[in-house]
Amino acid sequence: MSLYFLCAVLFAIGVYCILTKRNLIKIIIGVGIMEYSLNLLFILVAYRMNSRSPIIDEEWLSGALPPITDPLPQALVITSIVIGLATKALLICLAMRLYEKYGTFDITEIRRLKG
Amino acid sequence: MNIIPFLIIVPLGAAFLTAVIGRKVKALGGAVANLAALALLAFSLVLALGGSGTLVYEVGGWAIPFGICMVVDGLSAFMLVTVNLVTLLVAVYSVNYMKRYTDRWQFYCLFMLMVAGMNGLIISGDLFNLFVFLEIAAIASYALVAFGTEREELEAAFKYAVMGTVASCFILLGIIFIYSSTSTLNLADISLALGDGPRGRLVGFVTILFLVGFGIKAALVPFHTWLPDAHPSAPAPISAMLSGVLIKTLGVYAMARIFFNIIGIDDTMLSILRAMAVVSMMVGVLLALGQWDFKRLLAYHSISQIGYVVLGIGLGTPLGILGGLFHLFNHSIFKSLLFLNSGAVVYETETRDLRELGGLNKRMPVTGTTSFIASMSIAGMPPFNGFWSKLLIIVACVQVGRYGCAVWAVAASILTLASFMKVQRYAFFGQLKEKWANVREVPFLMKTSMVALAAICVLGGLLLLPGLKSAFLDRATATLLQGREYAGAVMGSSDQEVTK
Repeated sequence: MSLYFLCAVLFAIGVYCILTKRNLIKIIIGVGIMEYSLNLLFILVAYRMNSRSPIIDEEWLSGALPPITDPLPQALVITSIVIGLATKALLICLAMRLYEKYGTFDITEIRRLKG
Repeated sequence: MNIIPFLIIVPLGAAFLTAVIGRKVKALGGAVANLAALALLAFSLVLALGGSGTLVYEVGGWAIPFGICMVVDGLSAFMLVTVNLVTLLVAVYSVNYMKRYTDRWQFYCLFMLMVAGMNGLIISGDLFNLFVFLEIAAIASYALVAFGTEREELEAAFKYAVMGTVASCFILLGIIFIYSSTSTLNLADISLALGDGPRGRLVGFVTILFLVGFGIKAALVPFHTWLPDAHPSAPAPISAMLSGVLIKTLGVYAMARIFFNIIGIDDTMLSILRAMAVVSMMVGVLLALGQWDFKRLLAYHSISQIGYVVLGIGLGTPLGILGGLFHLFNHSIFKSLLFLNSGAVVYETETRDLRELGGLNKRMPVTGTTSFIASMSIAGMPPFNGFWSKLLIIVACVQVGRYGCAVWAVAASILTLASFMKVQRYAFFGQLKEKWANVREVPFLMKTSMVALAAICVLGGLLLLPGLKSAFLDRATATLLQGREYAGAVMGSSDQEVTK
């Protein structure tokens, strides 16, 4: 249970980081923390304590072995990590180009758009 | 041979081809994108007009619910036609317009990836697959907003990317909770696993997560803050795609599909949707009134018009949903046209400030006339298409006794008219300013695309004629009205119509 709670804390830290930080890089780190908390949660949801890998063989069918872990979320989390990688790579590229144009990472100074 | 998977294969293949060869052969990108868009429109028309009922394609031959499936029913076919029609006309327009930019192959590559993402989202019958396609379309659109790589573009793209990622996180969190409670990802199977009983707290929480996630994607007030920055900053064809179809596919379609067909909609949910819709309608149009930047003004109107679409769908009655979906189609046509008009103005004058423009009708008659038609359509003037869909929504409001909603819808429409009178007055009518004396009409392909969209604006009302209505709009409406019988339709069709 405490692990689920820690996931929620991690998610909250990510949101806090995005909402309050003024540095572009710190905002990107916040996005990363948020995504990792979800990946962790997804793995946790499928995990069974003292379980084994999902291979169904004679031994397991005889019923002597512990329950198996759901493998599907692990496959999904890999996809989700790759999506996160693409998003963060793009965000970092944008931050680099912004630094070239403005000479700063401070979002309070990058404010050409308003209204 | 089944054509459903080709809706994804064709744009992905086009993107790949452009990425590999486009750098060397300059003209290839535009040609490939246009051919791919033409093929996609043909496929979607075949699916929309040819089939009735629900078509299911099981990827790799894995039976539902174990494998990934693609589902084309009335609503999907309707959305496919809308998306691919706009895609084709935007692709035609881009050939001339994108001459302003360098590295055009990157543009066409990202453009095709975005189209692949949208088509994939529409035909996906699997919750996680839907999320993946949503991310493909979203990430391509972040990059496209930054395509100009000037200060404003980069700033808008960063803001949009962060907001978009937060939205995706909320959607993913919702998917995790759905999976943990139903142990399945197939949309039809989730619907069956949730059962018909009363909804627990978990489903309520998931509903809120999806509402926030898809609400940000659809730019409903109060989640709209990224849109007025992101949409004007993109190159004009991309603004047309973003405002025209992306926010509807990623936001409205995904929301409608999940709430109506999977979770099942109730009165509380409908009233939340209606409230958000009315607020979006008014806030969008009021903020638009004060704008002097042509494209930014159009972006605020997108927020307002999405409000109409969601209001129609949120009424939950057959007429309301019909009006909402018809307005979705109409808005994608006239808003794309308006953004293409603004692109034509920028192409010739290099400015988007309405105060600097004036009298362009004399030098650019095609742009002027088409933008007049589009302005009258968005303001709901008869006989253009926007009038019919707004009329349907307002009549539907009155029919169920929601007089308040009807009054707000009429008020927003009048303010829209006022705002577009301003655009016409400052940009196209009046005295031609001296510095624009040498402005010429835009090149042929840009004109073709704008005239085609204007023709659809004029003739759009004909879609309500009985024969066309039953083939196109009624099927889409019926899909939403059937509610959670969607599961039965998908599962049942796997006996007869499935192709492997």
